[in-house]
Amino acid sequence: MSKAVLMQGNEAAVEGAIAAGMRFFAGYPITPSTEIAEQSSLRLPQIGGKFIQMEDEISSIAAVLGASVAGVKAMTATSGPGFSLMQENIGYGVMAEIPCVIIDVQRAGPSTGLATSPSQGDYMQAKWGTHGDHPMIALSPSSVLETYTLIIRAFNLSEKYRTPVIFLMDEIVGHMREGVELPNPNDLIINNRKMSFHDGANKECYFVPEGKYVPAMKPFGQGERYNITGLAHDISGFPVNSNEIAGKLVTRLLDKVEKNVDNIVRIEEYLMDDAETAIVCFGGTARAAMDAVNAARAEGKKVGMFRPITVWPFPEKQLLARLPQLKNILMVEHNHGQMLLEVQRVTHCEKPVHFLGRVDGTVISPSDILAKLNEMEAAHHAE
Amino acid sequence: MSNRYEMRFAGSGGQGVILASVIVAEAAVIAGLNTVQSQAYGPEARGGVSKAETVLSRDKIWYSKVTLPNFLLALTQASLEKYTREMAEGAIVMMDDSLDMPADLDPARVISIPILQTAKEKVGKAFTANIVAVGAINRALQLFSDEVLMEGVKRHIPAGTEEINQKALAEGAALITEEQATAFAQKI
Repeated sequence: MSKAVLMQGNEAAVEGAIAAGMRFFAGYPITPSTEIAEQSSLRLPQIGGKFIQMEDEISSIAAVLGASVAGVKAMTATSGPGFSLMQENIGYGVMAEIPCVIIDVQRAGPSTGLATSPSQGDYMQAKWGTHGDHPMIALSPSSVLETYTLIIRAFNLSEKYRTPVIFLMDEIVGHMREGVELPNPNDLIINNRKMSFHDGANKECYFVPEGKYVPAMKPFGQGERYNITGLAHDISGFPVNSNEIAGKLVTRLLDKVEKNVDNIVRIEEYLMDDAETAIVCFGGTARAAMDAVNAARAEGKKVGMFRPITVWPFPEKQLLARLPQLKNILMVEHNHGQMLLEVQRVTHCEKPVHFLGRVDGTVISPSDILAKLNEMEAAHHAE
Repeated sequence: MSNRYEMRFAGSGGQGVILASVIVAEAAVIAGLNTVQSQAYGPEARGGVSKAETVLSRDKIWYSKVTLPNFLLALTQASLEKYTREMAEGAIVMMDDSLDMPADLDPARVISIPILQTAKEKVGKAFTANIVAVGAINRALQLFSDEVLMEGVKRHIPAGTEEINQKALAEGAALITEEQATAFAQKI
């Protein structure tokens, strides 16, 4: 008998988060993320963690931020309308530099939309949902096993850079079950936030040494008291009205991600070495793209897949590196064209960028992609 | 996209067709096959159309959804009529015998058996219909050993209900004739 177990994407998210050290979950169940809250409520008490069902999503993310400041790795999970409600406090987490992971299992919107249907319509919201200029890291898995391993990475990045990380799932992966053999816990790399225990020369809670971007975290609720705020603040954590200090702070927050982009960005490429057409896609859409690439290759077409695993920041360098060899690009996503805008921005449309999207809550199939590839080829020949 | 065996399980919300599809997928994992399972349903907890899908293969499975099923289980008239319209060539249909068989189906590829009645009267619990169906499916298609199938069931039922579920599997299997088990056996 095989050692693999049948696991759902949403379950894998919980198991991966626990392996990463998550010991606090606060949330409000919503389809198609509900199994994450359900599984967390079952698993966390078994291992000394805490689960709280909150009254809504605003309080859920607030509780997660509080738990993280108190020293516990914390997570929440939601979908569509709940993700919208969380946006203000996600920005608070960015400004106050509070590590945490927010799972958004995307469903068809806008508003309450189609509760049980897949979508990738929150791609732009993941980056721009909260106001103001801010850094954002978002990761998107395309299989059950990758959900497990990638959410560990989400926690690691969150801890390392002291910033909320969006784990951008979709209904396709969240509600899909696959046989998985989970990695040995001893083989996992787990990062924990750097703590400061007042023994350094500078005791200020947001003190950052020259040439560094991330302040060590001062324990909250023990030792010295300090202030946490969403207002622009100095290194003591207290609000200031200084434009100079505010400008430096926001720049440093952005630099945390921009200066470390090579450590943060991950992609997957499939048959890209000689590809003339790149199918760009992320999350559950990659499942259909893989079959489409294989089918197109069987017909002698030089098609490959380029999949951002880190979807924010967008893998600019990696896509540009492929641009010279490409005749064209096909962006496939379950929305009206969101990552498409990033692809167009990064490539300056030097090569034709085609688009296949969907907003009706159904899933794009390999034959849909093949039909689009044929259409592109016919248009190319007609020119 | 070749070497895929696509199975669709359809019925009304609450009939347990999703669980039936999960159990087949679980048994596949135990047996060392690749499998992807998914479902589509409305926002209701009960009623409405419920559809679940299990794809089996010896190869890596990418696309997770069923496009043209090789097998269809239908437990309601609406789902039978809706989902028999698009099937792979030579697909096998298993339907509850209380339903009217659509005229365009090839009777030689249809297994019409009393799943709902067997659950209610022979097993004694109407809600075991999905497990009765799983027992019948496995006997007809010859997918897994009885031990592997029961292990798949055990991983998804509350402790203490093993006996009634074992009975449901056996009663389901008993609805399939030797001829059907020979004719419909699958090689995956």
